[in-house]
Amino acid sequence: MSATPTSRRDLPGIYSKAGSLRAERRWALIWAYISLIISAAILLMPPVYMLITSFKTSREIADQNGNPWIVRDPTLGNYWALIADPMFQGFFFNSVIITLVVVVLTMVISILAAFALSRMRFWGSQVLATGVFLTYLVPDTLLFIPLYQIVGGLGLLNSIWGLILVYPTLTVPFCTWIMIGYFASIPKELDEAALIDGATWPQMLMKIFIPVALPGIIAATIFAFTVSWAAFVYPTAFITTPDQMPLTIGVVSQLVRGDTFAWGQIMAGALLAALPPVIVYAFLMDYYIAGLTAGATKG
Amino acid sequence: MAQVSLRKIVKAYEGGVQAVKGIDLEIADHEFVVLVGPSGCGKSTTLRMIAGLEEITSGDIAIGGTLVNDIPPRDRDIAMVFQNYALYPHMSVYDNMAFGLMLRKFPKAEIDRRVKEAARILDITPLLERKPKALSGGQRQRVAMGRAIVRDPKVFLFDEPLSNLDAKLRVQMRTEIKKVHQTVNTTTVYVTHDQVEAMTLADRVVVMNHGIIEQVGPPQELYHHPATKFVAGFIGSPSMNFIPARLEQASGALRLHLPHDIVLNVPAARTALYQPHAGKDVLFGIRPEHLTDDKATDKANTAPITLKPDVIEPMGMETLVHFKLNGTEVSARLDPATPAAVGAPLSLIAHMDQMHLIDPTTDKVL
Repeated sequence: MSATPTSRRDLPGIYSKAGSLRAERRWALIWAYISLIISAAILLMPPVYMLITSFKTSREIADQNGNPWIVRDPTLGNYWALIADPMFQGFFFNSVIITLVVVVLTMVISILAAFALSRMRFWGSQVLATGVFLTYLVPDTLLFIPLYQIVGGLGLLNSIWGLILVYPTLTVPFCTWIMIGYFASIPKELDEAALIDGATWPQMLMKIFIPVALPGIIAATIFAFTVSWAAFVYPTAFITTPDQMPLTIGVVSQLVRGDTFAWGQIMAGALLAALPPVIVYAFLMDYYIAGLTAGATKG
Repeated sequence: MAQVSLRKIVKAYEGGVQAVKGIDLEIADHEFVVLVGPSGCGKSTTLRMIAGLEEITSGDIAIGGTLVNDIPPRDRDIAMVFQNYALYPHMSVYDNMAFGLMLRKFPKAEIDRRVKEAARILDITPLLERKPKALSGGQRQRVAMGRAIVRDPKVFLFDEPLSNLDAKLRVQMRTEIKKVHQTVNTTTVYVTHDQVEAMTLADRVVVMNHGIIEQVGPPQELYHHPATKFVAGFIGSPSMNFIPARLEQASGALRLHLPHDIVLNVPAARTALYQPHAGKDVLFGIRPEHLTDDKATDKANTAPITLKPDVIEPMGMETLVHFKLNGTEVSARLDPATPAAVGAPLSLIAHMDQMHLIDPTTDKVL
């Protein structure tokens, strides 16, 4: 049989690249590594500089000679000074209280809202779901002005309870959105099976949805934790005295005395403040990714 | 156990689309009824209305003589098996089966007894500690059935339970379902789009189309005496041939004039029935198994046809041949030993005592 025009030999132009799959893959990997190394270098430079500076004495930091990326006389003094400082302990304690309460509040509100919006068909549920997401798009730099009036009206200015009241405006919309996505990925037949098995709506939520959606819940919890732990704009606007300050503003406002910057302690404080989120991410990263991508990849 | 009554059931969605258009159906105690029809015919919606998962727009549903229109699914005393199994992924097989009983606060010992008994019936005892993700499709479907059995409900509802299984497993599970029904004898409503499943499982088949019931009856009755062209075409595989024809009177007998000058004699037993339609256009319906090679020894009520096959499909136990008759697709079933070649004339006989005539204006079988 004569060769057909579609045989590989007759169409060298089209098939000339066939067989170079391995080379293509190698180049893709090379480019991927180059991009990753550049972005990692850019992203890691500030924390690495913080780490290096935190091990330096004030004299070494002030010294203009020598390479700033090398520690000549390492010390843990900055860390010990901070850890022993009752004011720093107060910042840490405030941050822990605020974050714990906000995370619990956020998760209770988000799970209930997402369950209702994704599963209980009622008039306006779609509009509400979109509304929840739109709320997230309003930046806190705009929201803090009206919120200042509200928190002031409630007499909660300069109090961690004022922060506990306003942080959910940052966490609830996004967490609800994550949870809506996750709940939507759970097949409808599962709740129908539970309904037929005799479950009430609250039982269905507690015994089916929450256990099944655990990766999503963990993802949302991590998000709420990170946002409340790292919030900066609201505490800057609402808190004025050190006893009510969380770590984020405590470190930068109280470690600068007059025009003297305690750089070593500021860096050590910032690193200590960043430690809890890093630990949480390190252990729960897989759940976080699974939770964030659930709505996008599953029916 | 109980009977199920549907009276003038209507399901309309927003925008006025009616999925179910006022159906009436009585399902007897212990009966196995299969709702069958193409996609969008309203069969699943009907099942879901019986389950209480869809609200009914109008009409009444009664289970065991109790009106259940406004009763939530959990209080209807029904159990349902879903197409995708709907097993709780975080629970073991045992917990999946026990879940409904635990919610109803059954004593632990009774739950254990029922779960183990159901597991024994379904042959899944070794799987009780496994999670659903560690099971095959067939095993998952057994667990889903187990979850229904342990509840000992008044009615079992099956929503296309075999559609996710491969062909071989489907046949195997079909037999399992029939066996389970013979053991527990619970009233069962089963939805499928597969007419073979409907025919093999059902005490009575309900054929639905466009939201209405086309015909209800035992499988053999639907096969031999379809009421409409839709039922005639839907039941049976390959489906019935419909050939445009004209019914003519000729010296006291009736004859069918088909395209290509084919003339077939109508059996004398049918003359009185078809007499009023003499001189009219009709559709001649004949199943492929009744259009066969002329090896039959008893040639009474048969009529010869010679056609040229376009496609020949050897199936092993039989050979299917396909023809075009004036644009109409026609299939015939042959003995595999019969020599047939594409384009070569093939002598067939039509078993006219198995024929159907359909009024093309009403689509009713005459």
